Amino acid sequence: MGSSPSIFRFISTIFPWLFFFSILFLMGSLFWGLFLAPTDYKQGDAYRIIFIHVPSAILGQSGYIFMAVFGFICLVWRVKVAGMIVRSIAPVGASFTLLALVSGSIWGKPTWGTWWVWDARLTSTLILFFLYIAIISLFSVIESKQKADRAGSILALVGVAIIPIIKKSVDWWQTLHQSSTFSLSSSPSMTADMYLPLLSCVLAFYLIFLVIVLSRMKLEIVQRERSTNWVKDFYS
Amino acid sequence: MNPIRKQRVYALVAILLGVSVAIFLVLNGLKQNLNLFYTPTQVIKENLLEVNKLARVGGMVKDNSFTEHTNSLMKSFEITDFNESIVVVYKGILPDLFSEGSGVVVQGMLTEEGSFEASEVLAKHDENYMPPEVAKTLKYK
Repeated sequence: MGSSPSIFRFISTIFPWLFFFSILFLMGSLFWGLFLAPTDYKQGDAYRIIFIHVPSAILGQSGYIFMAVFGFICLVWRVKVAGMIVRSIAPVGASFTLLALVSGSIWGKPTWGTWWVWDARLTSTLILFFLYIAIISLFSVIESKQKADRAGSILALVGVAIIPIIKKSVDWWQTLHQSSTFSLSSSPSMTADMYLPLLSCVLAFYLIFLVIVLSRMKLEIVQRERSTNWVKDFYS
Repeated sequence: MNPIRKQRVYALVAILLGVSVAIFLVLNGLKQNLNLFYTPTQVIKENLLEVNKLARVGGMVKDNSFTEHTNSLMKSFEITDFNESIVVVYKGILPDLFSEGSGVVVQGMLTEEGSFEASEVLAKHDENYMPPEVAKTLKYK
């Protein structure tokens, strides 16, 4: 455990299975949400964007928390693999955050009457996106991989304060964005035939997130260790 | 844990604490500015709004308060937070989700007569979703 070759081999073994399972699971969940779930009494079919918007927003935030945790490990124990994980997550988390912003905007135009409004929830999510961009820039601007890993980890760790702000923004301040439809602590403000497909979409997005991060990890390991014998052996 | 690692953990925890305190102070200082809109109570009871200054007010559209001019786009309705309510005049097209008994956020100016002249009306959606059949049994419209 912990050495690059063994992690590389482990990812290579499970990857094809995980990949096909995740794609199937995602297609099934999206079909369930976008076609089989009932329409909303007020918004009609427009509400179906929730099956994309909510999972991508959740993943944008979870991705950041994962980055902060592995950043902490990278900084304290100087574990190389932790740095690689932070580096692999950054662009994926950024993409999901962007997807949440764009899908929310597309939904906002017909429902609220505007593409964008500077309320606390939307603004804090935009800050999360900028944090991701800053971390990605640090990784690409600093040439020494080790130094870049540490710099990115520090920013990931410090920026994690944005997550509770995003989460609680709709409760702390008056916002245009509605409060959460489902949480772990109370029953969802949705009927089961709507939130079950939503839950399924969230799981599917987690799987897809894992798949993309793992494939980026593989690439990262090969890039860093391209001159070693085990990489040459593996590809010959 | 060896001493160097312990030191790193302390340093990181100190940084995190410092950042959290800084953010808390900033957010606390900006309290009112971070709200997207004022409530009718804040406008009428606390007089937080100046006349003829751009601002947003939000709340529920009061039942049976909506009137529409027959040959212009002029509309008026009342926004309430169940304590106070304020009359809003608006000329323009309303978003699809606008209806009496649901939330709105309007942007515009307070007039000297105490009504609110809106230049933009946004519908605020709540967190409840349900199929039409369920809504019917619950007597939502």
